Amino acid sequence: MLDFTRFFVEIYPARWAILEGVGMTLVISFLSIVLGTILGIGVALSLVYGGRVQRFAVRAFLEYVRGTPVFVLILACYYLLSQLVQLTPFQAGLIALTVFCSSHVGENLRGALLALPRGQTEAAKAIGLTFRQTFVYVLAPQALRQALPAWINTASELVKASTLLSVIGVVELMLTTRQIIARNFMSLEFYCLAGIIYFLISFSIERLGRRVERRIALPS
Amino acid sequence: MGYQLNFAPVWRDFDLLLSGLALGLVMAIFSVLVVGNLIGLAAAFAMTSRSTALRRIASAYVTIIRNLPIFFLMLVTFFVLPQQFGIRIDKVQAFVGTLSIYAGAYLTEVYRGALLALPKGLREAGLAIGLTEGQTRLWVILPVMLRNALPALSNNFISLFKDTSVAAAIAVPELTFYARQINNNTFRVIEVWSVCSLMYVAVCYLIAAGLRVVERRLAIPR
Repeated sequence: MLDFTRFFVEIYPARWAILEGVGMTLVISFLSIVLGTILGIGVALSLVYGGRVQRFAVRAFLEYVRGTPVFVLILACYYLLSQLVQLTPFQAGLIALTVFCSSHVGENLRGALLALPRGQTEAAKAIGLTFRQTFVYVLAPQALRQALPAWINTASELVKASTLLSVIGVVELMLTTRQIIARNFMSLEFYCLAGIIYFLISFSIERLGRRVERRIALPS
Repeated sequence: MGYQLNFAPVWRDFDLLLSGLALGLVMAIFSVLVVGNLIGLAAAFAMTSRSTALRRIASAYVTIIRNLPIFFLMLVTFFVLPQQFGIRIDKVQAFVGTLSIYAGAYLTEVYRGALLALPKGLREAGLAIGLTEGQTRLWVILPVMLRNALPALSNNFISLFKDTSVAAAIAVPELTFYARQINNNTFRVIEVWSVCSLMYVAVCYLIAAGLRVVERRLAIPR
């Protein structure tokens, strides 16, 4: 069972490894959220405003990615891309998570854009805004607010999905933990530590999200 | 890049992939629709009950599980239970157990939402015709609530079914595991992963379509 004295003896030499693992988890989640959101905005825009062919292609991509488990995406990116071009596990994992994130953000933002009443676009047109202006000043601010709760959810989903990258050899928190346990067999203690860290990350994203949501909610 | 597509190695082991898919479905159905559902219902009623202790326990369960990755939970079940507590479990049992507890937390949220959305009059009507509190729950609230919860339930079921792929990491022989095996044995990278992911996509579609039919059948007529 829990042996705290030994735990503190064992955690001391592992302290940098754990911190690096946490850092890697945060960095890869953050990067994939940022890149995935950018890509997702593109996805949503082409789904809502694209031509017929573009819409069809993007829809097919979206359905495909959303029907595939993240783990399969990660493995496929890793094996596929490392055969075609030389990629490190980090890069392959980042691509997989970015694609995963973009599908979620795309679908979510598309819903938010379509949920806006038509009158908004018409009003913007009536006062003489161009399409670009309409989007930037009228539609985007409302759609982004609408999409925010689900976006926060996606962010915490990505942190959780990043644990799967340990399988392809990205040394993030999960793999670090497993390496430490392989050395000292203190599985309960170090899994507990990892669990607490993951819980804190995910929980604070959720709390932060709720706070931001309240702050920027549309006054009704 | 002289990559020649050759699906033959994938078709040769296609029955392995199919058996993996079947195992994934069975695990998902058992742990989500059977065990997870029971946990979810119990925890949802606990969360809306009058007892503070029950509410606390249920909401702690939901908050903790929902904020932990399933991969982490699976590793803990598979490695820590036997090593530290001497509980010997098979890898399939470990994954089914993990998925049940994981699914329970998500379904609790689904059912809690459905319970809160019910009009108060429903419970009062049940009590008014002389049913006890428990009977009202079972015969009045539960049927209405389940029908309202179906769309959210089917979304969650699909996403939990996709989570069965994670079990490949502890060598549970399901679809992803076999895909990886074929990949490692034959290096038909493009073929095997496209077939594997298309199988997942197809099954998710079929589940979604099937559940939509059920939903329409069971929808409360307005």
